[in-house]
Amino acid sequence: MGIRFVLMVNKQGQTRLAQYYEYLTIEERRALEGEIVRKCLARTEQQCSFVEHRNYKIVYRRYASLFFLVGVDDDENELAILEFIHLLVETMDRHFGNVCELDIMFHLEKAHFMLEEMVMNGCVVETSKSNILTPIQLMDKAS
Amino acid sequence: MALSGMRGLSVFISDIRNCQNKEQERLRVDKELGNIRTRFKNEKGLTPYEKKKYVWKMLYIHMLGYDVDFGHMEAVSLISAPKYPEKQVGYIVTSCLLNENHDFLRLAINTVRNDIIGRNETFQCLALTMVGNIGGREFAESLAPDVQKLLISSSCRPLVRKKAALCLLRLYRKNPDVVNVDGWADRMAQLMDERDLGVLTSSMSLLVALVSNNHEAYWSCLPKCVKVLERLARNQDVPQEYTYYGIPSPWLQVKTMRALQYFPTIEDPNTRRSLFEVLQRILMGTDVVKNVNKNNASHAVLFEALALVMHLDAEKEMMSQCVALLGKFIAVREPNIRYLGLENMTRMLMVTDVQDIIKRHQAQIITSLKDPDISIRRRALDLLYGMCDVSNAKDIVEELLQYLSTAEFAMREELSLKAAILAEKFAPDLSWYVDVILQLIDKAGDFVSDDIWFRVVQFVTNNEDLQPYAASKAREYLDKPAIHETMVKVSAYILGEFGHLLARRPGCGPKELFGIIHEKLPSISTSSIPILLSTYAKILMHTQPPDPELQSQIWTIFNKYGSCIDVEIQQRAVEYLTLSSKGAALMDILAEMPKFPERQSALIKKAEDTEIDTAEQSAIKLRAQQQAQTSNALVVTDQPTSNGIPPANQLGLVKMPSISSTVDHDSAGQELSLENGTSSKVDSQPPADLLSDLLGPLAIEGPPSSSVQSQPNTNSVLEGAAVEATAIVPAGEQANSVQPIGNIAERFHALCLKDSGVLYEDPYIQIGIKAEWRAHHGRLVLFLGNKNTSSLASVQAIILPPSHLKTELSLVPETIPPRAQVQCPLEVINLHPSRDVAVLDFSYKFGNDMANVKLRLPAVLNKFLQPLSVSAEEFFPQWRSLSGPPLKLQEVVRGVKPLPLLEMANLFNSYRLTISPGLDPNPNNLVASTTFYSESTRAMLCLIRIETDPADRTQLRMTVASGDPTLSFELKEFIKELLVSLPPATRAPTQASPMPPVAQPVSVPTVESNDPGAMLAALL
Repeated sequence: MGIRFVLMVNKQGQTRLAQYYEYLTIEERRALEGEIVRKCLARTEQQCSFVEHRNYKIVYRRYASLFFLVGVDDDENELAILEFIHLLVETMDRHFGNVCELDIMFHLEKAHFMLEEMVMNGCVVETSKSNILTPIQLMDKAS
Repeated sequence: MALSGMRGLSVFISDIRNCQNKEQERLRVDKELGNIRTRFKNEKGLTPYEKKKYVWKMLYIHMLGYDVDFGHMEAVSLISAPKYPEKQVGYIVTSCLLNENHDFLRLAINTVRNDIIGRNETFQCLALTMVGNIGGREFAESLAPDVQKLLISSSCRPLVRKKAALCLLRLYRKNPDVVNVDGWADRMAQLMDERDLGVLTSSMSLLVALVSNNHEAYWSCLPKCVKVLERLARNQDVPQEYTYYGIPSPWLQVKTMRALQYFPTIEDPNTRRSLFEVLQRILMGTDVVKNVNKNNASHAVLFEALALVMHLDAEKEMMSQCVALLGKFIAVREPNIRYLGLENMTRMLMVTDVQDIIKRHQAQIITSLKDPDISIRRRALDLLYGMCDVSNAKDIVEELLQYLSTAEFAMREELSLKAAILAEKFAPDLSWYVDVILQLIDKAGDFVSDDIWFRVVQFVTNNEDLQPYAASKAREYLDKPAIHETMVKVSAYILGEFGHLLARRPGCGPKELFGIIHEKLPSISTSSIPILLSTYAKILMHTQPPDPELQSQIWTIFNKYGSCIDVEIQQRAVEYLTLSSKGAALMDILAEMPKFPERQSALIKKAEDTEIDTAEQSAIKLRAQQQAQTSNALVVTDQPTSNGIPPANQLGLVKMPSISSTVDHDSAGQELSLENGTSSKVDSQPPADLLSDLLGPLAIEGPPSSSVQSQPNTNSVLEGAAVEATAIVPAGEQANSVQPIGNIAERFHALCLKDSGVLYEDPYIQIGIKAEWRAHHGRLVLFLGNKNTSSLASVQAIILPPSHLKTELSLVPETIPPRAQVQCPLEVINLHPSRDVAVLDFSYKFGNDMANVKLRLPAVLNKFLQPLSVSAEEFFPQWRSLSGPPLKLQEVVRGVKPLPLLEMANLFNSYRLTISPGLDPNPNNLVASTTFYSESTRAMLCLIRIETDPADRTQLRMTVASGDPTLSFELKEFIKELLVSLPPATRAPTQASPMPPVAQPVSVPTVESNDPGAMLAALL
C-alpha cells in the first residue's frame, strides 16, 4: 500500500486535515503527528522534501502557511508523491479559487471529498482535476 | 470565502480557531461533545441535516486529536439515509472514525451491498470507496463477486469502475481467495486494454498487488503493460486532463513500471525491444527544465525507469547509462534529486559489477555525508556503508569517525554500529581495528553498545600480536581526564589481561596501572565494578614477586566490597580475596582467558535486527549477502598473521606445567575452557542468544564462576596444584613424543555422564565434544582445536561404529590452521540396544611427528535413556506383566564395589536410571525405571530392581525387565559393568593418575572400569 496518510498542518503545528489509510488509535495518531510535525517544520527550504521517520517516509511540501505531509511506504516513488501533493493543491485551487488555509479549515468536508476522489485505500484513483471535482460540483448545484 | 452551508459547524470551527491555548480548546471541545451527546440522546427529534452537522463536528474533533467514543452509530446510520448529502457524510465519516473490526460496520453490510448493486452511480461510488478504505474480511466474502462484476461491466461508467478496481484490491488483501486466479487473469489482461486513464490507473494498482503475489498467473498482462507505457511515452490518445505539465500521467507511468518490476524477466523479444526503446527514451530524453513541477514529474518517471532497468539487469550499456545518470544526480545541488540519486545508487549496489564505477564517486558521496540535511546524510551513510570494502574501508571509516563528533544524537548509534562493523569486516590490520573501536568509544561512548566492546576484547584475546598494542592504547586513554564508562571497562579488562606485557614501560607498572584504574572506580556504575575487581585480581596475580603494598591496597578493596549489597560484586570480592591469599593457586585460576571461539559477529546480527527504515535494512541485507559470498572476513582475522607469534602463553592449560598432572586439575582446566572456550554453546543456540553468550564470558568470568560451581572441589584443586607442581614438571619435559594430557579413559567416563567436555588433549590438539540427545538420535559436534602456532597436517578422523549405531561424520578438513578450531558435526542413530562403543580413529601430523589415537566416543547406552519416574500404581502391573526370561532377567552379582545405598542411588540417577524411593518396601532395595530409545525398539520402558545385602555389600541381586529380550540383557550387563570390577576405591581428588601411554590403543570396549569417585565428583 503506497500512501499511509495525508496530513495538512499549519506552521503553528495545528492539524487542518488528517486522513489515514491504515487504522491507528487516537493516541498513536497524536504521537505520530507530533513527531512528524516537529521534524518537518524545523526544516529549511534548502533541504530536501523527504524525511525518514520510523518506517515511513514523509514526502512534504509547503504552501504559504500550510504544510502538506504525505506518509508513504519506503519504496514509494517520492517525486510522484511530491507532485501528487501539488495536484491536490491545484485541484483545491480550481475549486476554491486561490485556496488558503481558511478554505480548508471551514470546508473540511469539501477537502475530504476531493481527497476521497483522488486517493482510495492508499492508492491514486484519479488524477484528472475535472473528474475529481465533478461530484462536488453536482452537489453544490443540488444544494 | 464562502462559509459552509452548516452554520453551526462554522461557528464551532471559528471558536476553536480563536482559542488562545490548548486548554481553552479542550474546554470548547468538551462543551461541544456534551452538546452533541445530549442531542444524540433524543435522536427522534433530529433532522437529517442536524445529524449531518453533528457528525461533521465529531469528525472535526477527532481530527484535532480528541477521542470521540460515542456517536459512531449515528455516523453509520447516515449511510442508510435516502438523500445523497447525508449518505455521503455517513460514508466518509464512518471510514474516518471506524476501523474494519468495528461491530457497527457489520450492521451496515446490507445497506452497503444494496448501494453497490443498486442503480445509483453516486451511491455506488460512495459505497465502493468506503469498502475500499475500511472493508474487512466479512465484506470481502460477501461483496467480492459484485465488485468484480462492476469492474468488468461494459455498461458501467469509468467513475464507478475505477473505484471498483481499488475496492477489489482491498478485498483481495483481506482475503486473497476472493479473486479466482484462473478466471481473473484474463479479465485483468482485458482491463489493461482500457482507454480511460482513471480506470487504468486504479487497475494498475490492483495489478501490482496481484502480480506481487503471483506473477506467473498474470503473465499475459506483461505485454499489455508495455503497451500502456508506450501509449503514454508517445503521448498517444492521452486526454489533456491527464497530462500534467506536458507529461502524460506521470503517476500511471510510474505505476506501470512498478508493475513490470514484479515480473522476473521479459522473454518475448518484441516486448523486450519495445520496452527497452521506451526506457531508452526516458533515460536519454529527460532534461532538467525550469519549471519545478514539470521537472519533478519527469524525474519521477526517470527514477522509476532506472529502477526498472536495474531490475531487468539490462544490457551493459544501459546500465552504465544509469550509473552515469546517478553519478550526475548525486553531484547536483538540488536536494531532492541528490537524495534520490544517493538512494538509488545504494539500490544499484545490488547489481553486480558496478561497484567499481560507484567507488569513483566516493569523494562526492562523502561531501553529502556533511550536508546540513539529515535526510541526505542518512542516504550518504547508507551508501558508504554499502559500498565499503577492503580497498576503501580505511577512508570511509575515518570519515564516519570524523562525522561522529558532529552528528546529531539521532544518528550516532547507527553510525557507531556501522563504523564498528566496517572496521571489523574490512580491517587491513588489527591494530587499526583496535584504534577505530577505541576512538568510537571515546567519541560516542553512550552510543557504543556492549557488543562492540565485547567484540574488541575477543579480537585482542585471540590475537597475541595485538595484545601489547591494545594494552598500551588502553593505557593511553586512561590518561584522558573524563572518559566514558565503556572506556573504563574495556581498558580495565584489557589491562587486567595484558597489562603485564607493558610492565617495562614507564607509567605501566602494576602499581601505576592499578592506581589509574582505581581512580575511575568512583565514577562508574555498580554493574562495571566487577570488571574492575577482576582486573585488580589479575594485576595482583601478574605482580611477581608480590608487592606487599599493592597487595594490601587491593585486599583492602576486596575486603570493603566483601560486604557489598550487590551479590555479583560481593561474590567476586570474597572469592578474589580468598584466592589471592592462596599464592600459586591464584596463577591457575586467574590465568589468561583462553581464546574465544570464532563466532559470527553479534554486531552484524544486531544490525540486521535493528529496526531502521527498510532502505537501510536492504543495504544491510545486501551487505550480509556479500559477506556470504566472500568468506567472512571475521574468521580470517581471527587467525594470526603470518609473522610469527611471540611465545606468549595462549592457554592457561599449556602454560602451567602442573596442570597436566592431576585428574582434578584437568577437570578444573576443562571447566575453564568450557566456560570461556567452547563454542558449542554459541553454535547450538539461536543467534539471538549471542549477546547473552557474549555477556557470559566477559561479565561473569570463567574462573570465579567455576570456583563457584565446584566449591567442594576448589580446595583439592589448589592443593593438588601445589603438591603436584614439582612432581610433574619432568614428565612434561619428555620432548618430542605426543603425550596426551590427562587420562583419556577418565575423560571418556566423564563424558559418559555429561554432554560436553574435552575428549582428548595433547600439546598440539584439543578435541572437545558437545552432544545433544533426543530419543534415538544423537547430534555430536567434535571441536578440533589446534593449540599451536603452525598447522596440523594430514588430519584424519574416522568413526569405527559398532553394528548398532549408524553414524555420519561431516567432512574433516585435512589441515587445521594455527590456533584455529574446526567443528565437525557427527550424527548418530541408535538402531538397537547394545553396549558396544563407537571409536574415533584420529590421526594428524605435526612437523615430523605422526600421532594416532583411538578414542572411545561417549555415544553409550545410557545416552539413549530418558529418565522416567513411575508411581507404584504404574510400576507393579508392568513388573508383573513382564514375567521371567527372556524379558525379565535376574542375576546375582558378586564382586560389587561396596557403596552406601544412597551413593548407589545417585550413581543410577546419573546414568538416567531414575530411582523411585520408597517403592520397594525393603529399605535395602532400589527400584529404578527409565525409557530406552532405539530404532528397533522405539521408546521402551525398562524396570530395574536391586536387592542389596546389608551384611555383604560386595554382592547383590539384580533384576532387569523390559519388553525386548536384547534390551533386558544389554541393560543388565551395562548396569553390572557399572557396579562390578571397579578399580580400588581411591578418591580421585588425591589420586595422581599415571600418564597413559602415547597414542593409547583402545581396548575392546567390553569391560569398563569406572571410577566411582570421579562419578560422584561429577554428581556433586
